[in-house]
Amino acid sequence: MDEDRTTRAAAPIAEFREAGKRYGSVVAAEALSLAIARGEFLSFLGPSGCGKTTALRMLAGFEAPTSGQVLLDGRVVNDVPAYRRPVNMVFQHYALFPHLTVADNIAYGLRQRRPRPPAAEIARAVDAALELVRLPGFGRRRIWEMSGGQQQRVALARAIVNRPKLLLLDEPLAALDRKLRRDMQIELQGLQRQLGITFVLVTHDQEEALSMSDRICILRAGRIVQVGGPRDLYDRPANRYVADFIGKSNFFEGRVAATDGDRATLTLAGGRSLDGRMPVPLQPGAAATASLRPEQIVLTRGPAAAGGVPVRVANRIFLGEHTEYLVESAGLGGFLVLVPRQAEADAGALEPGDLATAHWPPGAALILKAD
Amino acid sequence: MRQGPSAWLLLVPAGAWLLGMLVLPLVVVVVFSFGERGAAGGYVPAFTFANYLNLGARWAAFRNTLTLAPLGTLACLIIAYPLAYFLALRAPARWRTLLLILVIVPFWTSILIRTYAWIFLLGGQGIPALLEALGLGAPRLINTPFAVLVGIVYGYLPLMVFPIYVSLERLDRRLLEASADLGSPPWRAFLQVTLPLSLPGVATGCMLVFILLMGEFLIPAMLGGGKVFFVGNALVDLFLQSRNWPFGAAVAAALVLVMLVTVTLYMRLVRRWAGGRDDVSLM
Repeated sequence: MDEDRTTRAAAPIAEFREAGKRYGSVVAAEALSLAIARGEFLSFLGPSGCGKTTALRMLAGFEAPTSGQVLLDGRVVNDVPAYRRPVNMVFQHYALFPHLTVADNIAYGLRQRRPRPPAAEIARAVDAALELVRLPGFGRRRIWEMSGGQQQRVALARAIVNRPKLLLLDEPLAALDRKLRRDMQIELQGLQRQLGITFVLVTHDQEEALSMSDRICILRAGRIVQVGGPRDLYDRPANRYVADFIGKSNFFEGRVAATDGDRATLTLAGGRSLDGRMPVPLQPGAAATASLRPEQIVLTRGPAAAGGVPVRVANRIFLGEHTEYLVESAGLGGFLVLVPRQAEADAGALEPGDLATAHWPPGAALILKAD
Repeated sequence: MRQGPSAWLLLVPAGAWLLGMLVLPLVVVVVFSFGERGAAGGYVPAFTFANYLNLGARWAAFRNTLTLAPLGTLACLIIAYPLAYFLALRAPARWRTLLLILVIVPFWTSILIRTYAWIFLLGGQGIPALLEALGLGAPRLINTPFAVLVGIVYGYLPLMVFPIYVSLERLDRRLLEASADLGSPPWRAFLQVTLPLSLPGVATGCMLVFILLMGEFLIPAMLGGGKVFFVGNALVDLFLQSRNWPFGAAVAAALVLVMLVTVTLYMRLVRRWAGGRDDVSLM
């Protein structure tokens, strides 16, 4: 009995098995294979057209895969229509029913159940859901009387009141302003922990994915590029595409000159060489890209100290807690350096035209497969 | 928002038109309705209620109008809704424009000619003859309320189809996905989402058809054969044949009053059942 429960808990709540979706000759998703663990917060991240929405819609039941399988709770659901799936979605533009009150919107899912739950029970569940999204007492309001942020909460309440096995979120925060989006990110994460429901989020916003997810699945042109925790993806991107998508980075193109375990030396186009860590093994001679995060580079005033790269400051942008410097180097070309407010205050700001030296710790540069 | 005087200038053309073509004639009608018929017809100034007391003489016209206009509206609605639904939500996008044009095509020919065609279709040589040949009996169709109803549905259907089509076409399809996502099978999604959200179109279509039907005279004149006549036919008769202008004016005034009352009741009803929704504005 207990053993049974453990295996059930370990089994994924949802799974893609070589699932693909084609529209005529257009491939929206190709051979997706991914297991979504019970209770996790997973994000599909990628630019528009990468297949992330198609993946979500296959889970919701709005699209049937044209190849492979989609499983929910261990059952193949390829042909199960959306209305029979224990899954709920928060739509991008909320898709709230304009002819119903807030309370009736939230009660909608419960009222579809057969046998229909008693009215008192539905009312209690609706009140609890409103409480949960911090809109107590708003039940009798009309949808058009609510602000964008409030509508977002109603959409959330309408989905979670059904206690779905999977909560699907399709760019739920895209329509909110920046500050509200931050607040909602924190709230969504808290809600997910509190409810223990598996959340699957679709977003093109890397910051959103990084801040909320347990795992991120990066897609490109209908295929999965890399799946991993936010730190994994940040520190060990599989290729340049991932490094570019997760965080900001400087890229230097070249060829692998020599390798030594997980370390490699890259010869850049200009003839300069660059040492770095190689998360995925590459053969000498292979085309590769060095990725260097702007915040890992340190600038010191004055020309060439030993081991550093001499640079000239080209531009400076004040970003609040950081200042972003664009510097030029003879061998590397232009690249970005992010200097924390405090470091800049201690050392004094550099002005465009100033000479400086750029350093970075060994292993900061990542040697990645060019793509 | 404060409006400058220039904003009111926008109302001048329509206002002048309505004043000259609607308000003043209506005043004339009301004044005439209290007058007396001259010896050779027409109007002689007087102040009498005799015309109104005599309205019972035209009761049949009012009865026909007040049964066939709502019935015709209902018949149009029952036929138009599925058609509009198909056009807006089921027809392939590239066929939609063509199909919509087909709905309007009958308007390219005069209603007179088209109604004339129905005289032959419903007459002895038409559908009844066909039914007889098939051994299904030979019902009399022409000059019956049924014939008038057929003419009404035929003539007024597009007026019902378009408002409903527009409201269905505007329907946000994501709402149907949301409904399915929340566990509602398609037929329940129709009843709970599509139908309520298309009610503004239904209300507009019904209003349009009903108001125009209340003043209809051509279809009953041609397909009702003097047996099924509307108030409109009574008016034609009173003004043009018997030249009893004061009585005609009284009948016309009574029709306006009846229309005002029914439309007000209808709007109250719609508003109550729309429960304060702001997307139901009627017309």
